[in-house]
Amino acid sequence: MIDKADQIFVLLQHWLISFLPLALQQPAAVVIGVIGIISVFPAIFALTTVFERKGLGRIQNRLGPNRVGPFGFMQPLADAIKSLTKEDVVPSSANGPVHFLAPVGLVVAVFMGFAVLPVGRNMVLVDMDAGLLFFFAMGASTEVSVFMAGWSSRNKYSLLGAMRAVAQMISYEVVLLLSSVAVVMITGSLSLTKIVEAQNHYTGIFPHWYIFTPWGLAGFLMYAIAATAETNRSPFDLPEGESELVAGYHTEYSGFKFALFFLGEYLAMLSISGLGTTLFLGGWSAPFSFLTFIPSWFWFFSKLMLSIFVFIWMRGTLPRLRQDQLMNFAWKFVLPFTLLDLFVTALWRFMGEGILRWIVCSAILLAAYFVMGRVAMVRKHFGPRSYRYAE
Amino acid sequence: MTVVFYLIAALTVAGALAAVLLKNLVHCALAVTVAFGGLALLFLSLDAQFAGFVQILVYIGAVAILIVFAILLTRGSDVPKDGVFSPTWLTGVAIAAAVFAVIGWAVINSVNAIPQQAAVPHVTVHDIGIALVGPYVLPLEIVALLLTAATVGAVIVAMHEKGGSE
Repeated sequence: MIDKADQIFVLLQHWLISFLPLALQQPAAVVIGVIGIISVFPAIFALTTVFERKGLGRIQNRLGPNRVGPFGFMQPLADAIKSLTKEDVVPSSANGPVHFLAPVGLVVAVFMGFAVLPVGRNMVLVDMDAGLLFFFAMGASTEVSVFMAGWSSRNKYSLLGAMRAVAQMISYEVVLLLSSVAVVMITGSLSLTKIVEAQNHYTGIFPHWYIFTPWGLAGFLMYAIAATAETNRSPFDLPEGESELVAGYHTEYSGFKFALFFLGEYLAMLSISGLGTTLFLGGWSAPFSFLTFIPSWFWFFSKLMLSIFVFIWMRGTLPRLRQDQLMNFAWKFVLPFTLLDLFVTALWRFMGEGILRWIVCSAILLAAYFVMGRVAMVRKHFGPRSYRYAE
Repeated sequence: MTVVFYLIAALTVAGALAAVLLKNLVHCALAVTVAFGGLALLFLSLDAQFAGFVQILVYIGAVAILIVFAILLTRGSDVPKDGVFSPTWLTGVAIAAAVFAVIGWAVINSVNAIPQQAAVPHVTVHDIGIALVGPYVLPLEIVALLLTAATVGAVIVAMHEKGGSE
């Protein structure tokens, strides 16, 4: 019974393809998997937009959407109809084909990333040997689309937004890759299913998730920072800072093309949260050994929604960084710390079991964190605020 | 297999031709991206996952962006008035044909030089990793050092000339 509930979607897929002749079963299974991905994740995207608007409303002491359906939960439906029926305005000096291809390329590349994410036990579309590499390859190809959108619009704000976005994505992609390399070093595999299986063990009732080790915690924090910057979310949402750049690289997009950018942005957030869950939070494994009777896919999506909640929470509470602060933060703090984390991971790997490696690894990371923080604080000469012009 | 190969090959060649023939420089850069993507697909259709994904990650994710940045930061994406073809295009064609001939000759001869293997070797990413840090660790380290030196050099070139105060 428990196994049935856990494997319900896999069994459903097998049942559906059993009606077809043998030669068609393999392609049909893939098609069903693809349909699953392109229906489930946009549905979560719709849900996320409501949660985000309601959550932000709560943080900012207002109601948020509450007109369409019960508690405003049908709002995405209304938004979808609106963006589908809106006029698609293309600036007369825009570069037509490139302007059209940019949102399409973005959404396609983002959707491809989901193909290797294991959303449950035996629930992965393509179990690739180099799954992690595939995910990052797809993530890297979104940058071209962002640039295409900004350049083809023939708008200063768009181009500036695209340049900022690309510079930011390239800077933080280095961190994103390096913080994931730590996991690969311990697991010894680039396959995401193997990474989850390596974490699906328990000592007593506690799981062996990588976040519960010193290097894993540090790596996860760096990954989370890089993921926030990579998806252009607040506090790193400079590429579309409304007060400076209107809407950044998608200023000149309207109607459904704008909706596609919106979709791409949220899907990127979902997929990068999914990868973080897989790498550090144990993927589909249960948080305690006595909770393994609950289906694996439930745990994956719960962790996914938890990460989304943290994203929304950060957006509601943190102020936006300045461009130079953003770049300095990436290259002068996050990157050196991630490199140190790689070194600590190697130490962890070769020190063998025991309490000693916990002490040594934690001590190195904590000491580095405090020293780097202190040095940066002293350099800044923090003191009482002085105003240059306003007094 | 062959149909897929011809489709991908057509895409790659079309992308490469467009990169040379299009008038707008940014369009050329985007066409190069298409050609890179086609090459990655060719690698993947040969079961070389690692090479294919690295091709996408490095060439589409970094090199294409670098080209685009270089175009936009230097002389703008405007089309020059006297066309994009330089007067010495004939020499260029000759050099390109010579390089193509040498590579083609090498590829055709390599079939005879290397004995035909009965089965396609199955190389996993794991094997590549072992090889990189095992027998080929010295070249890897040399490349790493070279890249570090290049990065440091780039930072020094880009750094502000600071006055005496700091």
